[in-house]
Amino acid sequence: MTVTKAHIDVLPGADPRAPLLEVNDLHVEFRTQYGVAKAVNGANFRLAAGETLAILGESGCGKSVTAQAIMGILDSPPGFITKGQIKYRGVDLLGVAEEQRRKVRANQIAMIFQDALSALNPVYTVGFQLAELFRIHRGMSRKDAKKRAIELLDQVKIPAAKTRVDDYPHQFSGGMRQRVMIAMALALDPEVLIADEPTTALDVTVQAQIMGLLADLQKQRNMGLILITHDMGVVADVADRISVMYAGKVVEEAGVYDIYSRPAHPYTRALLESIPRLDMKGQQLNVIQGLPPALTSIPQGCAFNPRCRFAKDPCRQDPAPPAYAVAPQRTARCHFFREVLGE
Amino acid sequence: MSDVVLETKSLVKHFPITQGIVFQTKVGAVRAVDGVDIQLRRGETLGVVGESGCGKSTLAKLLVGLEKPTSGSIMVRGQDMVKLKGNALRRARRNIQMVLQDPYTSLNPRMTVGDIIGEPFEIHPEVVPKRGRQAAVQDLLDTVGLNPDHINRYPHQFSGGQRQRIGIARALALKPEIIVCDEPVSALDVSIQAQVINLLERLQNELGLSYIFIAHDLSVVRHISDRVAVMYLGRVVEEGHDQQIYEQPTHPYTQALLSAVPVPDPRLRGHRDQIVLEGDVPSPANPPSGCRFRTRCWKAQDICSQQDPFLQIRDRSAHPSACHFAEVRDVVRGH
Repeated sequence: MTVTKAHIDVLPGADPRAPLLEVNDLHVEFRTQYGVAKAVNGANFRLAAGETLAILGESGCGKSVTAQAIMGILDSPPGFITKGQIKYRGVDLLGVAEEQRRKVRANQIAMIFQDALSALNPVYTVGFQLAELFRIHRGMSRKDAKKRAIELLDQVKIPAAKTRVDDYPHQFSGGMRQRVMIAMALALDPEVLIADEPTTALDVTVQAQIMGLLADLQKQRNMGLILITHDMGVVADVADRISVMYAGKVVEEAGVYDIYSRPAHPYTRALLESIPRLDMKGQQLNVIQGLPPALTSIPQGCAFNPRCRFAKDPCRQDPAPPAYAVAPQRTARCHFFREVLGE
Repeated sequence: MSDVVLETKSLVKHFPITQGIVFQTKVGAVRAVDGVDIQLRRGETLGVVGESGCGKSTLAKLLVGLEKPTSGSIMVRGQDMVKLKGNALRRARRNIQMVLQDPYTSLNPRMTVGDIIGEPFEIHPEVVPKRGRQAAVQDLLDTVGLNPDHINRYPHQFSGGQRQRIGIARALALKPEIIVCDEPVSALDVSIQAQVINLLERLQNELGLSYIFIAHDLSVVRHISDRVAVMYLGRVVEEGHDQQIYEQPTHPYTQALLSAVPVPDPRLRGHRDQIVLEGDVPSPANPPSGCRFRTRCWKAQDICSQQDPFLQIRDRSAHPSACHFAEVRDVVRGH
């Protein structure tokens, strides 16, 4: 029997005309014995089908925690979502029961992780782990599930998929493991794929292969892709829109061309300026002075103000700058975005 | 060339692969470094780039004497480090120090910063007399831009960038001429990377240091290096000034490597001539015959499997390139 996608994995109440994924005012905190770390402090973004949204930021800015919250795999405790909405096709996932949520993972929203070796189970073959998805979510027989696993490995361009399906994760190279992860994430045709630093652990030549593969698969399936990364080069190559995060907030959101040519937030601008460029050879690189704030004690006002060269009095006082509309479809949380733009 | 401070000649390091537990028999060897000749001049930075497994880190370990080479020589100021023994070796080692990749694991969490930076003086007591050591450590902290009053703090009290500064201070303690930096910024965030790179450049200007700078981030290497060596499977496949390597690469591997680097400029999207290599790097335990890159090369012909191309200046390559068909290729690039 062939099982069609339609009657097995539709989320009750989902409206196909509603936006694919919407995150509104998301707050996540970690309650630890050393205090409350506010990892995400009001993240907002929106993802359409076929679109690539890059979430750009340094370690500790809350980008991975946001992804975990969307997936519903946040370690809780200590992590708690204190406020906000994560809407998939109009349904707030935070109000969905865990049993249903489990079906959403893989069916509607899937994720690939940075370190494929630790994300795969070392004591099962790759084929078993892939087939498991079909057996549990689709109720297929072992034989059919394995057949599908081979097809998937083929799709992610693993050579000799028929024989490699019985190999263990350690028998694959780094790039091949990441391909297996991608196969696993795409197994049940999700509409949203979250890729958390998918190529950070890989060499550039392999990175190019993997990013190319992701782009192809995204196009074929018209998926929404959230790419979490700190690599400004990768972002420039694949993203449609970019959300720059700092201290748990989206400080700037804009189309890829706008951000690279005319950043509106001082942090984005400073990040772009600190990349070594050809004309900087033999000169000092521009640096961002100081360090990102500890999440247990985020500065008053704009979190970036102690490191910002545009900072003035209003920046040091609460309330924090709102998301100003810089242009249509473009926001920046900076009181002085006009100055930053160089107007 | 009198100003050459370090030179390796046919440097080789093979790690044996053994079988059996009691009677171990050698069944093969991983050819991590397989005949590397490099030269480093005073005040110069030599960048070494390549993918993981190409032997960059083994080369670094050989240079500072953490591994013993299988064969070949490492000449530092006219002395062959490989042949030195005892006190002479100890003294020679002072001259070549190392900065490690991960500042989180390369500093002992139970030692204070003062002890970490001062430890080289324990091993080489003749450099600074015991009474002057605290002052010397504080000087070093100041040199790398840390507060000298923090001498009694522990590594966990510092951020990643600050820890890397501690690692740099430790490398400077014995006043070396040469510092081998093995991926010194790859564990750091972008905004912190620039701070550490600026520090390294400032120290080079002030102290006349020579760097071997190993990294996989090609734009960082370009920024800091005077000359660049590209490694593949234990060999240097192309070497030249930064401009020659980045603007006129003649080895297909260098061309592919450079074209794979994403450029932080969305306007170049789709306009870059990207060469996507097929497959992975072959195993260094069983490298291909002839040219080692031929299994992934689009130019490979019969001669490539029969004849090992030497690293030399060729008709169409003004700088040394280890390819029978070395040739400049026009690539649209922005870094």
